[in-house]
Amino acid sequence: MTHRGPEAPELTSASSAGRMGDGAAGGTGSPPAVPGAPGRGHVSGGSGGTPGRAFARRNAGFVVLAVVVLCLPLFVSDIYYLSILAFMATRFIVVIGLNLLMAQAGQISLGHAAFVGLGAYGSAILVTKAGFNPWVAMVVAAALSAAVAVVIGIPTLRLKGHYLAMATLGFGEIVLILMIQLKGLTNGTDGITGVPPLTIGGLDFSEPKAYHFLVWGVALVVFLLAQNLTSSRVGRSLRALRRSEIAAESLGVNTSYRKVQVFALSAVLASIAGSFDAHYIQFVSPDQFSITFSIILVTSVVVGGFRSVWGALWGTMVVVILPEVVKRFNEDAVNLVFGLMLILLMIFTPIRFGWLDGLRKRLRRGGGAPSTPPDGGRKRGG
Amino acid sequence: MPVLKVEHVTKRFGGLEALKDVTFSVHEQQIKALIGPNGAGKSTMFNLIAGADKPSEGSISFRAHDLVGRPAHAVSRLGVGRTFQHSRLFDDLSVLENVMVGRYAKTTSGVVTGVLRLPRHSREERQTEEAAARALRRVSLADKAAELAGNLPVGERHLLEIARALATEPDLLLLDEPAAGLNEEETARLSTYVRKMRDDGITVLLVEHDMGFVMDISDEVVVLDYGRKIAEGPPLMIQSNEDVIRAYLGEEI
Repeated sequence: MTHRGPEAPELTSASSAGRMGDGAAGGTGSPPAVPGAPGRGHVSGGSGGTPGRAFARRNAGFVVLAVVVLCLPLFVSDIYYLSILAFMATRFIVVIGLNLLMAQAGQISLGHAAFVGLGAYGSAILVTKAGFNPWVAMVVAAALSAAVAVVIGIPTLRLKGHYLAMATLGFGEIVLILMIQLKGLTNGTDGITGVPPLTIGGLDFSEPKAYHFLVWGVALVVFLLAQNLTSSRVGRSLRALRRSEIAAESLGVNTSYRKVQVFALSAVLASIAGSFDAHYIQFVSPDQFSITFSIILVTSVVVGGFRSVWGALWGTMVVVILPEVVKRFNEDAVNLVFGLMLILLMIFTPIRFGWLDGLRKRLRRGGGAPSTPPDGGRKRGG
Repeated sequence: MPVLKVEHVTKRFGGLEALKDVTFSVHEQQIKALIGPNGAGKSTMFNLIAGADKPSEGSISFRAHDLVGRPAHAVSRLGVGRTFQHSRLFDDLSVLENVMVGRYAKTTSGVVTGVLRLPRHSREERQTEEAAARALRRVSLADKAAELAGNLPVGERHLLEIARALATEPDLLLLDEPAAGLNEEETARLSTYVRKMRDDGITVLLVEHDMGFVMDISDEVVVLDYGRKIAEGPPLMIQSNEDVIRAYLGEEI
């Protein structure tokens, strides 16, 4: 029964994610009445008069979260729950990156599983086949992912809406095929076993509680830095270009550069998370990085809402915990519940978000020009 | 020495010639208007100048800089600001934040300084906020600073677009139908602001349908019709120009 304790507050927070989404939808953005959820941190940061107070408030939420998360091992010793928490941490890291890309910059990636895969396979291959130190391998894999993101991002981020979605979907599929076909490197569908756990000196991170502090420590730092980003000059330019690229350009923002940059950043976060997972499970195989995983990642961002990086936390919690709960009743119902959740979200959340906005408008018009830009495709006039 | 020189500019969209061999220039601290019936090519011309699109032929230069082929953000950085016909505010940012984005090119903090909240970033953010607040005061929107831009009424949206463009400290400001949707009082307020900008050393090129506003405020007017320049000169001359009257076919100018 020791594990029931911490589970309850998690589920409470998870249910608050729904309200979080509502807040984002309503546009008024009243912060949800949940401790550690000052929701629209960056918006109030710019508009709430004193930025110092907004900063303190944002940090107060963060401190509560950090204390709760880092105290969890005191109450949870069940390996099953600890491993769910560990996966939640790495998933959180990926979703933070995707939140920056989707919710802040208004771009979409349906191939983000590929970057998690690049990190996982990068670490696994470099460590087991090339004898790299795991930490060095993690950095090398992340750098590689960033490079791939830049190469992929330069042509694809010029695309809008459906086309960007299709291009990233294709990219994800290509990486998946390479994982299966480059048998010499990846062992094909068998995957790579024997990835060693992470260690620092004598500290062995295969021990669940030690690992908990490691991954959650990293996740919390990433979370704090991501929040800083959204309320910075660069973050503001991302939120601006999400709304109107042409207007952001007219103010001197090199939108292509910023979009590629945030895409690369989200790829680095995905890659790092993938590396952690690979060392924790000590095994990588292609089926972990399928399109389904990419969709689950996007779902996490959408469920959490777009108003701030806090959405990444709520979305991750819901999407990690919900299947575990549903599984107890019916193993097959998991995908059904996910599908239903996405459909309901699409219908009932008037999301202020580029491609979805465009999609909704197109649906309302009964299908128009497919190249409608995300800022509503207003006519240029003449 | 003109601030802006548009020479023999032609723009084709497929088979359609939106602009045909248009030449005009805008001089230092001038308020110049670009008018013409719908579809005459006015907004197309704005997009070409601002770098949002490229002319098929001809050249556009701003002071000593050739603008053709420069991306929009680079044109902005040279000192060309613009507003949009259908306002393109960042609706889910606050009024203040909208203007703060206008300070983007005047600030330099990148991802690392922002993410680590280095003192340099905080200092720059403070300056940005102050400059933005000043720009808002110039158009009397200071009391709306905290509101979401999306909640502003039409008249104030135009003013906010202007404040945002002014925050870039432009030498040349392109105003695309700034008086559209404004009532008389708001239009009068707008005239005051535009004149004040000119007096502050900003050259203004504007597209506008409100002829009263245009004739009242402009030093010179260029008239486009079906992509061709049919007249250019001071307002009084334009009002009595027969080609112009024919183009507007009975509309009162």
